[in-house]
Parts: sequence; structure tokens; C-alpha cells
Amino acid sequence: MAKSNKELQTIATQVRRDILRMVCMASSGHPGGSMSSADVLTALYFNQMKQDPATWTRGGKGQDMFILSAGHMTPVYYSVLARAGYFPVSELASFRQMGTRLQGHPSVRKGLPGVFQASGSLGQGLSAAAGLALAKKLDKEDNIVWCLCGDGESEEGQIWEAGMFAVFHKLDNLIAMTDWNGKQIDGPVEEVSGEGDLAAKWEAWGWRVIVADAHDFESIEKAFALAKAGKGSGVPTMILWKSEMGHGVDFMAGTHKWHGSVPKPEQLEDALKQLGETPLGDF
Amino acid sequence: MKQYIDSGKKDTRSGFGAGLLKAGQANPNVVALTADLKGSLKMDAFAAEFPERFFQCGIAEANMVGVAAGLAIAGKVPFIGSFAEFVTGRVYDQIRQEVAYGNTNVKIASSHAGITLGEDGATHQTMEDIALMRALPGMVVLNPCDYNQTVQATVAAAKYNGPVYLRFGRPGVPNFTDPEEPFVIGKAIVLNEGKDVTLFATGHTVWEALKAAEALEADGIGAEVIDIATIKPLDEEAVIASAAKTGAVVVAEEHNMAGGLGEAVAGVLALHRPTPVEYVNGQDRFGQSGTPSALMAAYGLDALHIAEAAKKALARK
Repeated sequence: MAKSNKELQTIATQVRRDILRMVCMASSGHPGGSMSSADVLTALYFNQMKQDPATWTRGGKGQDMFILSAGHMTPVYYSVLARAGYFPVSELASFRQMGTRLQGHPSVRKGLPGVFQASGSLGQGLSAAAGLALAKKLDKEDNIVWCLCGDGESEEGQIWEAGMFAVFHKLDNLIAMTDWNGKQIDGPVEEVSGEGDLAAKWEAWGWRVIVADAHDFESIEKAFALAKAGKGSGVPTMILWKSEMGHGVDFMAGTHKWHGSVPKPEQLEDALKQLGETPLGDF
Repeated sequence: MKQYIDSGKKDTRSGFGAGLLKAGQANPNVVALTADLKGSLKMDAFAAEFPERFFQCGIAEANMVGVAAGLAIAGKVPFIGSFAEFVTGRVYDQIRQEVAYGNTNVKIASSHAGITLGEDGATHQTMEDIALMRALPGMVVLNPCDYNQTVQATVAAAKYNGPVYLRFGRPGVPNFTDPEEPFVIGKAIVLNEGKDVTLFATGHTVWEALKAAEALEADGIGAEVIDIATIKPLDEEAVIASAAKTGAVVVAEEHNMAGGLGEAVAGVLALHRPTPVEYVNGQDRFGQSGTPSALMAAYGLDALHIAEAAKKALARK
């Protein structure tokens, strides 16, 4: 049952609350990119992916699969997985604690449902996603493999190796996404690497490229529909999400300073007030 | 001593190619990838018989490791092939995250390992790969000694569920093991029994150790020769038992000292059975251009040096 944009908005707000509460409870983690991807991942898991948490296996047979290449975005990833039914929402409280299944970066070692592959060392997830897409082609499955990268992460050369491979092997069942928030740990992307126009670069690499607003559900749903229409084209699709780091909380929005730092207690209180409560309730 | 007949020199990489084809015929999930070294890795036969299961990755090893991990997650049994340096040192972090930590069923086919890569020189001659792969939790490290054993090791790697590093070489070397002998991962192979000194060897040094044992026999010294075809997990029981029997040990490998088989054997013996150990390895050096046999002699890895090391170990009893 597809969620309305209003319902998605409610879930995304709860996801942002989860993100901030998780990093504050753990006194560590990466809220910035998590906030910028919250709307997109909510829409992906609740309205787009063909998946079933109840029958999930790491092999992903007959299901859509998702790889978080930018592994530091675990707060949003875990919150969305829990809210989508992969594991109890209460488990979010264990984020980054000793013995947790919710490791600082995604791990497959503790059997957390929903996680297909370890990530965290940047630039590698798109290759794994390409491998999954290739396997689905071999097995004649028509599911989609999804992957989320960061724009800072795209400074890694391996991203572009994977980009070349996916075109060469005609992986039109691969939909990659980049959280194009323009920020990375040390500052604005343009001041750290001069990465430039990702749209022009991915087009030059031979991908179908879609650029969309990452914080407007109408835009998000349209981009997803357009991306899925690429099936059968013989070409992989890249959605570049124009997003804002820290989106949803005024003092966090648009600055790299919240990439990997955690609000103080009074800041958390302020942030949660800005976001507002939802009927879903905190974990 | 037990006699081994060289049935004609063959390269171990061709053993890999033949083993890969066998593994592919036995299991439709076996797939193979290369980074522009299909011919060098002798993957042509597999690619010809299973074109839909063979993937060219171009000169992009990092991506190849990740693609293989994805294939493995989805149930395939991928072999990735390149030169030893380029599937270890170049992509250590990718192997660490995608294969070892990610616990994916990827087989790393590592050709042209060691100094016998020869004329291309030090940029291509890794003498550090065993150390890198041994350091990874859960990684199985295989280093078969001849063509026949490499065929069997490849088949065994395909059947084993988990990450495997399979190391083999470029030049033709004596082919002397039983082609029908199944490869048992984790089992040391006693090639010759002796009472005075144990020669542990792996890969290309195994034949050299047999030649050394013949020379030692002529001097009245009984050398036990043990083929350590599985470097990790090391057959500790076999290592301890033989050291206890002979009381003197030589470890020979086409690899440097740091992190190699020598340190692995010495570590086990220090803990369980302190024994004089002499090392035959590349020490702490880079290679250089030259023919494989000239390099083996120049770097002290041949039968002559193994026999000398055995006498040193004996003198320390």
C-alpha cells in the first residue's frame, strides 16, 4: 500500500527525531548526511523497494536490494530499517553500544536484518551493488539494486571504476543515488576537492542522470518513477539528490559542521521541538 | 628417501586455469572475473566454455573486488584473478571490508606471486602478499606447490564456503604431486619422512626442499619434508609433531620474512615446542629483473640454500 506524501513526511520527521536521539545517546555518529538523506530513504523503503522484512535474507533472492555505500549514514539507515519493520524500533537505543547489532558503520557480522554488506571505508558500495545487479541479471530476476553514495565519497576513484563497469555490463537494474549536499567533513565539497558538476560527469560516464530535490516528496516520487523507467534501456541510472546537510533543523542546516558531530542536550531539545512530535512516537 | 618424479615442467597458473574450468563444470554458480589478465591467469578455457559467467573488469582491481563481493552475497562463487601484487597490496582495504569483514565467499586467484615473476621486476614481484592476507581474520591462505596440486587446490577453494586467497606462480616448475590427490584445506602434507631435521616449504620452494633433502641424504642427514600448502589455517599439529621428532627446523618460502610462513611456524613452535629454526626467505628486500631460476638462486631460495640452512639448524640442536 503506497504511502501518501503526507504519511511519508510524518515518517521522515520521526526518522529525523530518531537520528538526533541516536547520536546523542551514543555521543557519536553522523547526523548531517543522515538528515539530508532522510526523505529519500524514507520514500525508498516505504514506497519504492520491492522488499519484505519478514522474509529477508542476505542473499536477497526475489527482492530489491539496497547498499549504503556512504556507510557513515547509519543513523538514517537504521532508523528507516527499524521503522520499515526489519527489527524492533527499541533496538535503535543500542546504536554504537558494546555488543550491538547497530555498529557505527554497517556490519553483517551480527546479523542485523536489512543489511546486505559492510560499508564505511568509502567508495566501495557501488561496486558491491554492481555485483548484486550482475547476479540478478544472471539469475534472470527483475528486481532492482539500489545504492546510496555521498558526494564527498565520490572523490574516491573506485566510484568511477564502478561507474564504468556498470555501463559496460549494461546494468539497467542498478539505480545509484548520490546525496549531493555539497558538504564533507572538512568543509564545502568545492573547497575540499573541486569535484565539480556531478551531473555532467555521470552523463559523460554514460549513465542516465536524474537531478531532483531531495526534500520534496513530489519531486522524490517523480525521480524514482523516471529512474525505474530506465529498466530495459541497457543503461544504469544515477539520481543526484540536491539536498541540504542537516535538513530539518535550522541550526544544523546547510553547514558541514554537523557531518560527524553531535548536538548538546539543549540543542537536542531545541531540534526536537523544531521537528515536532509524530504519532509514530520515539523509540 | 621417497622419490618424486617430475612429469614435465608446468606453470601453476595453468593448474589454476584447469582447476577453474573443473570447478565451473561442477558448480553452475562458479563465476570468474579478471582485470585485463585473462590470458596471464589462464582463464581462457573457462571464459570460452562459460562466456556468460566470465566478467572482464578492465584495469580496475578495486571495483573487481567489490563486484565479486556483490556476486557472492547473491549466491555466486566468484574467482577474481590478477597478479599477486594487484589483488593484495593494491586492494587490501577492499578485500578487508568487502571480502574478509563482509565475510563473502570470494576466491582471490593470485598469480605471478613472488620473485619468480621474473623479468618485470620489483614493481610486480610481491614478497609481502602472504603477510597481508594472513593478517585478515578468517582468510584462508593457500599456496600449492605444483600444477597438479594447484588444480586440486582450486577445486577445493570453490567447494569451501568463505574467503580464500589462492597463491600461485608464473614459471614452469616440476610437476610431481599425485594428480588424483584431493586437496584438504588446513592439512600439511608429509612428502618425506626424516629424523634429523624438518624442512617446511610452500609453493615453489617445495621442490627445492625435496632436492635439498636428497643432497642432505647424501651427507647422511635424514630430512623430513613437509609441504605447507595451506598457510592459514596452519596445520599446527603437524608442525609441532615434526619439530618434536627432528628437533631442528627450516622454513622455506618465496616471500619476505615479515608476516610469512617462517614467522607463522616460529610462532607456533615458540608457544608449544621451542625448536631451533632457520629461515629461507627473501628477508627484507625488494626483487629485481632476472630469470626466475637466477632470482631464486640470487635471493637464496633454492635447494642449495635450504640444505645449508638445514645444517645450521642441526648445529643448533
